Amino acid sequence: MNNNQEMVRANGLLKKFHNFTAVNKINFSVHKQECFGFLGPNGAGKTTTVRMIYCFLEPSSGELIVLGKNVLHNPRGIKSCIGVCPQENNLDPDLPVWDNLRVFARYFDIVGKEAEIRCEELLHFVGLYAKKNSNVEELSGGMKRRLIIARSLLNKPDLLIMDEPTTGLDPQGKHQVWETIMQLKDQGTTFILTTHYMDEAAHLCDRIVIMDKGEIIMEGKPRELVEKNIGTNVLEIYSANKEIENYIKSKNLNYEKTKTHYYIYIKGGEKELAEISNKFGSEISTLRMANLEDVFLKSTGRELRE
Amino acid sequence: MTSILKNTSWRSLRVWQRNFDVYLATWKVNFIPPVLEPILYLLAFGLGLGQLVKDVPYNSHQISYLEFIAPGLIATAIMNHGFFETTYASFVRMYYQKTFDAIMSTPLTIEDVVFGEILWGATKSLFAGTIMLVVMFFFGLLSFPLSLWILPISFITGMTFASMGMCFTAIVKNIEMFNFPVFLFITPMFLFSGVFFPLSTLPIWAQYVAWFLPLTFLVSSVRAIGLGSFGMDIFLQLLVLIVLAFICTLLSLSMMKKRLLK
Repeated sequence: MNNNQEMVRANGLLKKFHNFTAVNKINFSVHKQECFGFLGPNGAGKTTTVRMIYCFLEPSSGELIVLGKNVLHNPRGIKSCIGVCPQENNLDPDLPVWDNLRVFARYFDIVGKEAEIRCEELLHFVGLYAKKNSNVEELSGGMKRRLIIARSLLNKPDLLIMDEPTTGLDPQGKHQVWETIMQLKDQGTTFILTTHYMDEAAHLCDRIVIMDKGEIIMEGKPRELVEKNIGTNVLEIYSANKEIENYIKSKNLNYEKTKTHYYIYIKGGEKELAEISNKFGSEISTLRMANLEDVFLKSTGRELRE
Repeated sequence: MTSILKNTSWRSLRVWQRNFDVYLATWKVNFIPPVLEPILYLLAFGLGLGQLVKDVPYNSHQISYLEFIAPGLIATAIMNHGFFETTYASFVRMYYQKTFDAIMSTPLTIEDVVFGEILWGATKSLFAGTIMLVVMFFFGLLSFPLSLWILPISFITGMTFASMGMCFTAIVKNIEMFNFPVFLFITPMFLFSGVFFPLSTLPIWAQYVAWFLPLTFLVSSVRAIGLGSFGMDIFLQLLVLIVLAFICTLLSLSMMKKRLLK
């Protein structure tokens, strides 16, 4: 198998709920051993898209092939070869940590000694072996996430789908989940990840798409998207007044404004920072490296989403 | 319809196993109330009401009031344990615990999950029927060995009441809404299906209405078996309940699919 093998391919994938189009004729493909990220604001269609990939929702139209199988014709076959970490915690509160894995393994027909070995292995891997007899509700948020990751690995999946794996975690929890994902990546696991944390996408994803209102508006490698759309640096000015705007316009700079800020997208920018500090005061501006968040906010708009 | 049948498989048993594991982990809690329930009823009706009501006519002879209600209480337990499992308990697993969602990311389908839950509900009816039978045996209220037939009947008709419960689970918006089927459906059946008095004491029109209640069929057949007066009408009555189980199972599978895949 080579690394260009397509693990997932979507052609004109569409999902409608009554009159609402959640995913609007999107195309993408995910290659073997890559970490593919879906980014987008809330309601962009990320979760709907991954739910179609793990056969929880049926596409309204278009084609979706996962691991060479059509989601409409062979959902059981697909589901037996993928691992899913859903957005919400759906561990079984009626069962202790160990049984959460053992009972889940049984859904994949992994039983007896084989199941025991697998559960033990995975609890060691996510660092929860000491907690094997604990009640699920006694675990911290980060531990629950890691247990869900362990659960998603029971069937040795060819493709791992993670829907917002770190939402709601504290920094320690988040970094532990990241480390677990990095380890799996090193082992050659193929990932599909959704997130609205840009640092997460930049840190983990080889390739991303940015979705908004059900459509893919951008696709590429994180670093390249930043350079192509933003440049190398961003000059932030925390004061939106006419004089500053006139200055920016006179210099013909690429900028964006909000009620309180100007964002100037620029290569270098040291000269402009000095000039602005001289003219308008040194407290009001900073120069920093451009990041994926700039690409995201520029492409999906800065206004609050309802 | 054909897709529902195609998507339901032996894997339903995995869901049954999950529920059984949880049941075993808390067996003391699950076991003691069903044992106490018939004893309390028998004490209340035997020592209390039984002193006032001496004999009840049944099949042209007189039996004690306790003998009369014992099979009715078994039928009620079968109904309650099946129905309450697939309403309140299934709803908690589906809505609050997201257990169904988790299982659906494995090779199991929605149909497997829902059918497994109904099988489990019927199993709870079987457990309840068994416990009742043992208690009644010690009180000497049933004719044995004929009454052992009540065990398979508990499971089969448990499917009827469990699948009915699942239909309600597919449509309620929140858990409080189960008050409607409980007070408009279960409680009237408990009171008017011939558990506590012979239907023949009711006016004719009310007797007709009673034969629209599924529990009436179960009470009638369990009483005939329990009191050793075996007749062909038992088969007809059970057939009605089996047909109802088929209809409600198919209906609940399709309704739950709509609910969960919305």
